[in-house]
Amino acid sequence: MRLTTHTSRRAAGALVASGALVLLAACGGGGSSSEDTGAAAKLGENEGQVSILAWPGYVEDGSNDPEVDWVSAFEKDTGCQVTSKTYGTSDEAFNLAKTGDYDVVVASGDLTARMVASKQAAEVNTDLIPNYAGVYDFLKDKEWNTFDGKNYGVPHGYGANLLMYNEDEVSPAPTSWSSVFDESSKYKGKVTAYDSPIYIADAALYLMNTQPDLGIKNPYALDDEQFAATVEVLKNQRANVGEYWSDYLKEISAFETGDTVIGTTWQVIANSVEKSKVKAFLPEEGSTGWSDTWMISSQAKNPNCSYAWLNYIESPEANAQATEYFGEAPNNPEACEFATDPTFCDTYKAGDEDFASKLWYWRTPVAECLDGRTDVECKDYSEWTKAWTEIKG
Amino acid sequence: MSVDTTRAAVPPSRGTAARRASSQLSARPRLRLSLLLAAPLTWLVLVYVVALAALLVSALWTVDSFTGEIDRSLTLDNLKEITTESLYRTVALRTVGVAALVTVVDVLVALPIAFYMAKVASKRAQRILVIAVLTPLWASYLVKAFAWRSVLSDGGIFQWAASPFGLDTPGYGLTAVVITQAYIWLPYVILPIFAGLERVPNSLVDAAGDLGASPWTSMRTIVLPLLVPAIIAGSIFSFSLTLGDYITVNIVGGANQMLGNLVYTNVGAANNLPLAAAIALIPIVIMIGYLTAVRRTGALENL
Amino acid sequence: MILSSTVRRVLVALTGLVLLVMYLPLVVVVINSFNPSRTLTWPPTGVTLEWWRRAWESEGARDAVVSSVEVAVASTVIALVLGTLMSLALQRYRFFGKSSVNLLVILPIALPGIVTGIALNNAFRGILGIQLGILTVIVAHATFCIVTVFNNVQARLRRMGGSFEEASADLGAGVWTTFRLVTFPQLRSALLAGGLLAFALSFDEIIVTTFTAGAGTTTLPIWILNNLFRPNQAPVVNVVAVVLILVSILPIWLAQKLSGDTEALR
Repeated sequence: MRLTTHTSRRAAGALVASGALVLLAACGGGGSSSEDTGAAAKLGENEGQVSILAWPGYVEDGSNDPEVDWVSAFEKDTGCQVTSKTYGTSDEAFNLAKTGDYDVVVASGDLTARMVASKQAAEVNTDLIPNYAGVYDFLKDKEWNTFDGKNYGVPHGYGANLLMYNEDEVSPAPTSWSSVFDESSKYKGKVTAYDSPIYIADAALYLMNTQPDLGIKNPYALDDEQFAATVEVLKNQRANVGEYWSDYLKEISAFETGDTVIGTTWQVIANSVEKSKVKAFLPEEGSTGWSDTWMISSQAKNPNCSYAWLNYIESPEANAQATEYFGEAPNNPEACEFATDPTFCDTYKAGDEDFASKLWYWRTPVAECLDGRTDVECKDYSEWTKAWTEIKG
Repeated sequence: MSVDTTRAAVPPSRGTAARRASSQLSARPRLRLSLLLAAPLTWLVLVYVVALAALLVSALWTVDSFTGEIDRSLTLDNLKEITTESLYRTVALRTVGVAALVTVVDVLVALPIAFYMAKVASKRAQRILVIAVLTPLWASYLVKAFAWRSVLSDGGIFQWAASPFGLDTPGYGLTAVVITQAYIWLPYVILPIFAGLERVPNSLVDAAGDLGASPWTSMRTIVLPLLVPAIIAGSIFSFSLTLGDYITVNIVGGANQMLGNLVYTNVGAANNLPLAAAIALIPIVIMIGYLTAVRRTGALENL
Repeated sequence: MILSSTVRRVLVALTGLVLLVMYLPLVVVVINSFNPSRTLTWPPTGVTLEWWRRAWESEGARDAVVSSVEVAVASTVIALVLGTLMSLALQRYRFFGKSSVNLLVILPIALPGIVTGIALNNAFRGILGIQLGILTVIVAHATFCIVTVFNNVQARLRRMGGSFEEASADLGAGVWTTFRLVTFPQLRSALLAGGLLAFALSFDEIIVTTFTAGAGTTTLPIWILNNLFRPNQAPVVNVVAVVLILVSILPIWLAQKLSGDTEALR
């Protein structure tokens, strides 16, 4: 596997972090977690049902739109009836997962570590998932799906937080994130940003490139000084922000009406803007992004159907349907052929390792710095959340 | 009102046991009262009071941010944080300001239409108007908020309608929140004021007119004072519903946040129930203060 | 009431203006349900029936309406029973702590929904260890719906006075007979009004529902919220809203007709 310097550094950090996680899990104890018995060695009969916890748009059975349905085929093939529940944030998902009602959970990188540390996720034997073989190598064995050398899930799809701007209103064309940070006053009141504490990482990534003195090595590992500098950048940006977005529809409508002209976005949003000329691109500093993982609950009542689902959703056909509907890159090259839009994989830069290497996928900031530093304590997610409410003011 | 007296005649007693129970009850008002109160009080106390008390206690806990486990040892940290950090004061003041403005706007808008409905319109027109006021309640809250987002957008209907007067859309921000919230809660304010006005006898106002009072004077000195409880009743709805809202401000509020957002962020995104509970204390204290203040006016019986 | 024609004209104009503003966003919703734009932007670029077709075919929307009706009916029934009992107790008796009880009934609606929501969520899951589901939503909704029934019934009882009931008792009717034959018939329209408001309140509630609904419990507002986040579903939501407005006119009109006096619908 090819590792850029950037990813190898992250891998080293992850090793330390996962060590800390194991420690935490060992002394954390409690809760409703079950015994860790290792991954399943072989599969048995399908149980006839499986319950799945997922982001909206990941498990569609045609009930919202008859043409959007990849669940029925699975049910027909395996005899496993699917019930699903959607969630709005990773934290909501974590709370729901802890109830033990769900066999399968799809988790973003800011959730997987917590799932593993609290023993909610079971180790996954990828040999039992034939379609895993086709997955891009650069998505396998990563610090957000593999802990202590053990796989705790399989990749779903990934995407980047891009910079979008209205070509009629913004000139010259921006190339850097500075257009929404240091130079955001040019578009006062018409700048947008993602409404989540995790957006702090975007500003940290920007500082990582523009203020090397701060010594930021990983935008999710910020010590006091780095964090304070990052928050300062965001507070300055706040004065020029028209609105923060967290849902899809809000950002699209703001760009279409012209209430917003520049800000962070997802590719699928850029595709949906019809009424104004917008462009979304990956700025020179790279960006944050997400890579989602299908996990099996340690309390799963239907492990065989869970494996069946993981294998099904890793298949090029189903993966293409699900990722194209949501608007993100699929997890394997073959999926491109099954997409309804022939340019699907180009649009989302699927398999473009150079593109992928510029992404810092969402992680949960924890006190043990993710970049491997041991001499300082990093700000954890609760502090990020607190800072985020302060930034918004 | 008519009571069918023939049917009200007492039917022959059927079961003697039931009969005995009934006469027991007739003789013992206290027992009757306890039986009446038992079910609703149990429900409210068990479901609501216990839940609220538990929430208040959890404001004294802390949470492990990584595992999400709650640490149940008592500490005043959360309370200290919300009373000392300026963020919470700013947001609380902003929220109360918005809620107060929404209430004022709603009452000012509701008064003339409620007056027309109660005192001017014919019975038939009145019936149609009540339906007209109630109907918007059924269009989903979210749909209405998004409709206002569309109306207030750059190049939206508001801008189009206001431009001949040299005005512009306020854009997304606190003004938009006030407009949208006032809109959404308006029926809840109109209805109690309308009912309150119906109870003001026409003869009283007419008498004032006969004695030479101008319509404005009789309105100010006779109708309004009688209407105060109804107005306060309506204001409880608009004020409290605005105080806890976090969805409208997300949709039309621009980059602003209100108390509801802080609570929601902490419980939803940060999984920090203790801090959320501490923040929730702010609207609880405000509302309980408001309710006790207005209790003497009799408003609580006019909701 | 005697009013000068100027005052009347001003009142008519103001009423018309308020109604215009009340219906303007609803008109926008109706128009947007035919708007080909997937994101509800203004002005519309054409006319399409696509969203109506999709809404018609949307099983999710139908299921959500069914669960919303279930929740609203169940919580309204509970609220009717508890609210009536409560108002009889408070209006016909004097006792220590009466005003506190009065305050307690109002509290669930007077405190912001998010407070009620997280308090109940915490109580159900944290203290009682109950799984969230449709039942928890019903319990939560019933709790804040009690007040609408309570207020309507209480107002009616106050106006009725107790003389008919006393007469009934003097004539030898038992407690239950008196309630059934004397009190209840007079309360009917107040119950209808309180029930209708409770139903409306429950049907459109989103904040408390968010915190008390479990897996697989999708009431209509939750469905709407979910679909506003889903690619290409936002216009379908508008169609559902239009249908709801149209459908709602019938029960309101019926209630008006049945109750006979407008006071019942406050």
